[in-house]
Amino acid sequence: MNIIEVEQLTKFYGKARGIVDVSFSVGEGEIFGFIGPNGAGKSTTIRLFLSLIYPTTGKARIFGKDCIAFGPEIRQEIGYLPSEVFYYEGMKVIDLLKYSGSFYKKETTQRMYELAEIMELDLKRRIDDLSYGNKKKVGIVQGLLHQPRLIILDEPTSGLDPLMQQKFFNLIRDENKRGATVFFSSHILGEVQKMCSRVAVIKEGSIHKIEDIKTMRNEQYKKIMVSAQNVDQFALNLDGVTNVERDNGTVRFFFKGDINQITRIISAHNVTDLTIEEPTLEEIFIHYYE
Amino acid sequence: MKMNIFLHEIRRHKQSILTWSISLILLLFVFMAMFNSFASEAEVLNQTLAQMPKELLTAFGLDGVDMSTVLGFFSFVFLFCQICLAVQAASYGFGLVSVEETDLTADFLLAKPIGRGQILTSKFLAAFTGLTLTNAVVWIGSFVVIELFRDSRPYETNTLLLLLISLFFLQLFFLSFAILLSLLMKRVRSVNTAAMALAFGMYALSAFGGMLGDETFDLLTPFKHFDPNTIISQQAYELPLVMISVVIILLSVAGSYWLYLKRDIHSVN
Repeated sequence: MNIIEVEQLTKFYGKARGIVDVSFSVGEGEIFGFIGPNGAGKSTTIRLFLSLIYPTTGKARIFGKDCIAFGPEIRQEIGYLPSEVFYYEGMKVIDLLKYSGSFYKKETTQRMYELAEIMELDLKRRIDDLSYGNKKKVGIVQGLLHQPRLIILDEPTSGLDPLMQQKFFNLIRDENKRGATVFFSSHILGEVQKMCSRVAVIKEGSIHKIEDIKTMRNEQYKKIMVSAQNVDQFALNLDGVTNVERDNGTVRFFFKGDINQITRIISAHNVTDLTIEEPTLEEIFIHYYE
Repeated sequence: MKMNIFLHEIRRHKQSILTWSISLILLLFVFMAMFNSFASEAEVLNQTLAQMPKELLTAFGLDGVDMSTVLGFFSFVFLFCQICLAVQAASYGFGLVSVEETDLTADFLLAKPIGRGQILTSKFLAAFTGLTLTNAVVWIGSFVVIELFRDSRPYETNTLLLLLISLFFLQLFFLSFAILLSLLMKRVRSVNTAAMALAFGMYALSAFGGMLGDETFDLLTPFKHFDPNTIISQQAYELPLVMISVVIILLSVAGSYWLYLKRDIHSVN
């Protein structure tokens, strides 16, 4: 069963482009990455899921139900972690979390204490006095305390120190093992790479590609670096070679194709050093944006 | 209505309700405490007032007021109460929805399993409850200070009640109209500035309308619809004008729901 189904979803803010003709679906139990640079339309898509904004055309369904018509009902089972921190003036952490819990049919108190302990959150402090990172933790706990079936993360890790990020990712993985589907929006490819099984790349408001993380990495490019004498004579006029850089006796390039073609060329030279590696998603990503 | 939102909103308004109530009590008390000395010199006072330009008197709501009577004197301070309550109601109205957007809590609240209609209803009722509490304090305060300082001079209880009931309409007017205005704006930069601009603007319309003798302004501003002097001298409301206020309140409420239900809640960045 698909947890999220998006059909030709389009949003214009007046004349300004939000997203155009976005379609994809996310299956139950997936951790689905949603990546693109700032302003590509990631937040717009999420805000449409939550009916914070309304689509110009197209529709989105969550748990098989229309996002707008069944908004309150489906939001019983959605946990949303907004990208920005927020707080009500003068409220203590515990009060905000209890307020948050009071909206759900489920009993949330016990889970709230568990989560606060995992995230090392002091419940008695006033939210106004907390550091950015701690406010972020409040956002995390309030988004997860009702054990939602769908977790929507919008740039969740900004402001968290690496140790907390690790805890947070473990928490999300645990929620996923419990059966929760995760929609993970980010512009940091490293974390998407670590967490997600599938990823949609969004660029200037349109879905550029939806792919398995593995295929995305394996099937495509190799990053090759060769150090050799007379590097300038390296003939790299081969299909599939891109981004050639030469300096100081070293040549670097990406290659996509039969690796034997490359080794043959290399073996004809007197090589002092050779590296062939998987490019990071970051580097692959650059190709999408060229 | 959702009880949890309602209670949360009441807590949010608590400080402000308290501050307004205390200030209004003090205002009533200090002003009415001077009544006795004014009333005993009423002749002199009324003569002085009579020498002032009529336009100025109208602007301050003093035209045709007999300062030697209890309600005549009271009507002057009552006008200040009206303005204060208008500012309070307008600030609750302007802040009702917009505060959530500027503080980014809209993302929190609207992601919860509730409809926008319920959110608006709960917030509206909470704000109105807060205003009514302040109103109740003004009612009690008015009766108490009048009893304290009237020095056995008579006054018409029914007329006083008419004056006090007008506060209810005035509050509803500024609350609902301010919500509507806030939803017509993309962002309310400062709730208090907007509230004061609306309240004083409406008062200025009423005052200048009086000075210019132009009746079209009378139609627009609730301060004219519930002008204390008119209520005292006629011992009744001017029903057509009151109806205008009621219609604006109803349209504002309906318009607010309509706008809020289809509003796009933008993120700040």
